[in-house]
Amino acid sequence: MDLDLMITSFPKLLGATIVTLKLLSASLFFGLFLGLFFAILRLNKNIFISKFAYGYSYIFRGTPLLVQIFIIYFGLGQIEYLRTTFLWVILKEPYWCAIIAFTLNTGAYTSEILRSAFQTIKPGIIEAGKSLGISNKIIFYKIQIPIAIRQSLPAYGNEIILMMKGTSLASTVTLMDLTGVAKYIISTTFKPIEVFIVAGGIYLFMTFIIHNVIKYLEKKYSFQQ
Amino acid sequence: MELLAFGKTGWGDELFYATLMTIAVSITAMLVGFFFALIFTPLKLSKYKTLNLVGNFYTTVIRGVPELLVIYLFFFGGSGAIMYVASIFGYYEYIEINAFITGSMAIGIISGAYSTEVFRGAIQSIDKGQFEAAKVLGINKFGQFYKIILPQMLRLAIPNLSNVWQITLKDTSLISVTGLVEIMRQSYIAAGSTRDPLFFYSFAAVLYLLLTYVSMKLINKLEVKYSRGY
Repeated sequence: MDLDLMITSFPKLLGATIVTLKLLSASLFFGLFLGLFFAILRLNKNIFISKFAYGYSYIFRGTPLLVQIFIIYFGLGQIEYLRTTFLWVILKEPYWCAIIAFTLNTGAYTSEILRSAFQTIKPGIIEAGKSLGISNKIIFYKIQIPIAIRQSLPAYGNEIILMMKGTSLASTVTLMDLTGVAKYIISTTFKPIEVFIVAGGIYLFMTFIIHNVIKYLEKKYSFQQ
Repeated sequence: MELLAFGKTGWGDELFYATLMTIAVSITAMLVGFFFALIFTPLKLSKYKTLNLVGNFYTTVIRGVPELLVIYLFFFGGSGAIMYVASIFGYYEYIEINAFITGSMAIGIISGAYSTEVFRGAIQSIDKGQFEAAKVLGINKFGQFYKIILPQMLRLAIPNLSNVWQITLKDTSLISVTGLVEIMRQSYIAAGSTRDPLFFYSFAAVLYLLLTYVSMKLINKLEVKYSRGY
């Protein structure tokens, strides 16, 4: 066990954690809106619109995240037309490609979580709102969305942790996130166990924090108050 | 379509074998995972706190750390560990472990952590009366588990195990970083030599979708079989 290596690699890995956290927060932020958007499309009465939303979530949940990143980073650059548009400014950066792939991926899972949350709202609650003369729009924003968010908290907490682990794939497109730096240190020192303990410890610490924040929110917004 | 031709002109046969490799790794990893679940589920359900701790340590660490990091640990650390053991027995040559074994072990340990949680949940949701009734009837421990608990547990576990299977199948794409030629690695090679990454990675996505679709259909059949009488 090489304690010196563990101590010297800790600040480097901690610095790389910031990249991981940036990737995670950006993709969760955009993914939540995308997920909400597709969850609403899923519940649309028009069968084509709901099938389209289902197709989106099916494709992104049925293929590995690695394939999605590679298609966006290596694949899209191949289209000549795209290179001439302003989109190329974004798509040539591995950082933005990773965020786009993570957003699309977490959006698919989030849309499923929110859809099932919307569907489990008791119709009586919506009917009560209607009989009080509240407009449909306000029922949706003030009644359905808050209940759905509360319902989906436990599942969404899991999704945040899965996404945090997913950001490690950014290292495959040359980004130096926590896993990327860990791999670099392992391949230069050939001390995998020491580096794994430090990097794994940082990941576990983040998991622990996320887990407890979600637990706190669940308690705070529980129905039995 | 020329790119997908079989034989020397296209990548069809290479991708076909790569798909078989993905299936082989997934099944091996799933079985390795069951083996780990078989060890760690009793630990998690044990009466003794220390054993609980060991079981919880395994599932928490593996489920909280990215898969890719675990794979790097096995990839860089695997042969080192084996060589260390070999050196005790007086063998000092370089030993390289097969990428298939490293990959299946790494994915298997990850899959095992998820399977452990599924089995634990399933056993805990079986009614206590079932255990007691089996004991009262004088059935031995072995029979209790195989004839009474296991069939009921499987019915509850299969839907969740199908999720574990999906996760395992998708995780196998990550062992492409170790150089094992499965779907992802083969697409990477093909994309590199034809300069057509968009086509090959999209095709890889289609292959994965096909695999998840077919396995879902098969698992649904199993589900029907095990829920007879409910």
